[in-house]
Amino acid sequence: MAHNRDGRCLSLGLMLMLGAVLMFGANAALAGAPKRGGILTYMIPADGGPSLDGHRETTFAVLHATAPFYSVLIRVNPDNPSSTTDFQCDLCTEMPQPTDNGLTYRFKIRKGVKFHDGSPLTAQDVAASWNKIVHPQPGVASARESNFVMVDSITAPDDETVVFKLKFATLTFVPALADPCAYIYSKKKLDQDMHWYEKNIMGSGPFKLTEYQVGQSIKGERNPDYYHPGQPYLDGFVAIFAPKQSVRTDAIRADRAALEFRSLPPSARDQLVRELHDKITVQESDWNCGNVVTPNHQKKPFDDVRVRQALFLAIDQWKGAQALSKIAIIKTVGGIVFPGSPLAATKEELQKLIGYGPDIEAARAEARRLLREAGQEHLEFELLNRNVDQPYKIVGTWLVDEWSKVGLKVSQKVVPTGPWLDAMRSGDFTVALEANCQNVVNPIADVGRWLPHDVQRENYGFFSDPEMVEIHDRMLRETDVDKARILMRKFETRINQQAHQLMVTYWYRIVPMRSYVKGWKISPSHYLNQDLANIWLDK
Amino acid sequence: MYRYIIKRVLLVIPTLIGAAALVFVLMRLIPGDVCVVRLGSSGGTFDPKAIALCHAELGMDRPLVVQFIDFVWGIMRFDFGTSMWSGNPVTTEIWARLPISLEIAILATVIAIAIAIPLGAVSAVKQNTWIDLVVRLFAVGGTATPSFWLGLVSLLIVLNVTSAVFGTPWMPPIEYVPIWQDPIHNLSMALLPAVTVGYRYAAVSMRMTRSAMLEVMQEDYIRTARAKGLINKLIINRHALKNALLPVVTLIGIEFAFLIGGLVVTEQVFNLNGVGRLFVQAVQNQDYTLTQALVMLTVIIFVISNLLVDLLYAWLDPRIRYA
Repeated sequence: MAHNRDGRCLSLGLMLMLGAVLMFGANAALAGAPKRGGILTYMIPADGGPSLDGHRETTFAVLHATAPFYSVLIRVNPDNPSSTTDFQCDLCTEMPQPTDNGLTYRFKIRKGVKFHDGSPLTAQDVAASWNKIVHPQPGVASARESNFVMVDSITAPDDETVVFKLKFATLTFVPALADPCAYIYSKKKLDQDMHWYEKNIMGSGPFKLTEYQVGQSIKGERNPDYYHPGQPYLDGFVAIFAPKQSVRTDAIRADRAALEFRSLPPSARDQLVRELHDKITVQESDWNCGNVVTPNHQKKPFDDVRVRQALFLAIDQWKGAQALSKIAIIKTVGGIVFPGSPLAATKEELQKLIGYGPDIEAARAEARRLLREAGQEHLEFELLNRNVDQPYKIVGTWLVDEWSKVGLKVSQKVVPTGPWLDAMRSGDFTVALEANCQNVVNPIADVGRWLPHDVQRENYGFFSDPEMVEIHDRMLRETDVDKARILMRKFETRINQQAHQLMVTYWYRIVPMRSYVKGWKISPSHYLNQDLANIWLDK
Repeated sequence: MYRYIIKRVLLVIPTLIGAAALVFVLMRLIPGDVCVVRLGSSGGTFDPKAIALCHAELGMDRPLVVQFIDFVWGIMRFDFGTSMWSGNPVTTEIWARLPISLEIAILATVIAIAIAIPLGAVSAVKQNTWIDLVVRLFAVGGTATPSFWLGLVSLLIVLNVTSAVFGTPWMPPIEYVPIWQDPIHNLSMALLPAVTVGYRYAAVSMRMTRSAMLEVMQEDYIRTARAKGLINKLIINRHALKNALLPVVTLIGIEFAFLIGGLVVTEQVFNLNGVGRLFVQAVQNQDYTLTQALVMLTVIIFVISNLLVDLLYAWLDPRIRYA
């Protein structure tokens, strides 16, 4: 008993300390003017990315290593990155109002911007870069090409103007344009070799490349010609690839590095706070990533909607999220849209959906009834999962336990990333736990991943649902937020009633950093706000 | 002697081709491929066209036989191709990692030899005394303790002790700098992993030295040497130890070769950008070309190491001749 009381006291003490540190961090960040100088050392929790081309790659490892070297056309406001609707110019002079019934966006480009080799950056470079992303030449890969189905043409009528003409007006265009990987490259370099940026770095961002050691580190120095006045504040940075979590935690503790920008689990945060007190600041945020339960509709008995519904009804998301947040990088319950977005379901709306009800006992009774009705009360199946601790294996283990409460016998098959993706793509699974991770919160585009397999080839539910496609198409062409919201509810309800797939608990970003790091603000994605221009060191 | 060396070197060729064929087939038996991992592992949506393009770029859309012939033809020209993951030549990827792995392997070997041979010999000479007991305990501890665990614990100890003594926790640097650029930085990074690896290595070698010494000490020529009135120090150093080193040298050779690519977990624990970590990455990313090249490298290192051990035999034991 005494032990329990001590444990509670310790937990309470830790929480108070954490609260104090969080408040201290917030206050400290607000106070004081930025100081110039210093080298920021941070870690990239990966083994190094594939190529250096942000247009081509999807992993954050490339972005965390290369974003400081590049400019983009528009971006999420670095001083307000937690907002899902606050976009501002980077290379443009002001956010344009669309003309031509929302079909034309005319961007004015800053004058006097220079690439790191001294050559001027003009609208021609911006148009060439965007054309590489949206309309890549044969043989050139663009990972996010499908995000820009609405774009008809991109032209630069003069050196200061870039014009995007759309096929249809849509709410998804501006957020898609704020893609942090949409680096502006030199047209001259692209004309010489479209693949040049896969092996080389040369942008117009706040830092210039000084050294890149394969798989080890990347270093940059301050770009004195940077166009945002006064920025960057740092003299330079060193980014070290450090895939192992214990190394990253120890490195922050010993001040070998100030932080990593992705996320650490709650245990690492608590350890650092306990040991470093006011020398550590923690920023936390809901994350535009989550796990998705995907039953394979082509495998019996998951072709039966009752079985799929029972699967979702058995899960107590509200209690589960609360409990798991103590050990895993998850926290908030949400639907298919990121909870911070205006298009997201409210808690009341969510609780009407299957798998989100407030009365778990009633839901589980209904699950048992549905299983009985489908003749599957003794169903046994295998959950395919990825061999990654945070949070896949934790969430997977929790789900197995939740399903056991309605009599389902579930085993978990944990495999490395390659075989996990391969099993899902080839349909060689019954139920899978997969991930949904987006960068800029762009709800209508983000929910495209839920579209049926005949439209979205990377949807591994292998179902067909023309009604969903029709709703999404209307949503894509809707320009009124309120009307889009109504359509989004219809879309979400359709997925949910058909129990095609279920979003389980959004991830939660926890970024502990040395308290001398100032100016950086956390966002709902580890892809955003990574150019380091606004970071300064208070040493 | 020269004929022997040439024969051994020539034997490397079929060994390499056999290993190449094996790894080529095994890698392709693993479900999934590098393009799927590259585009799909981040959990975001991606354009399926990009996968097809990636396959075409990497030549994975060609028949397997064509890929294999291409691969073997490359080996014959010492061209191991480019990494499917990074697009860099595999030689660039390996050269970037080899120095740190080599440094740790050499340091660990030096530590192991410095500890194992004297202690193993002393333990044998002082058999069944308290000295023998302590040395054996030390050896059993080393063989029973996994290097990665020892690495984690030693890091924690260093962090906690420095924090308690100096008020600021300290740990080895996490970024590699070559020894000729900054010897202090380099050694402070490499020493702790070398000690943790060297301890296990020393323990295994120590046990081997001890048992070999015990065996040799029973030999007739040792009794003869004693009967001749030679002093004990001379008997041990000149007659016993040198002969007892044959199996120890074999073990050291095998261990050294293993260390180049086998420090997978230790390299992770200390954030060393070495060959072992590259091996894991290559397999995880299903980077066929890089994995194949790394297997080739490992085979070559083992063959060279075995060759050197064989040559050392002749020097250690004049009875051995390669006629």
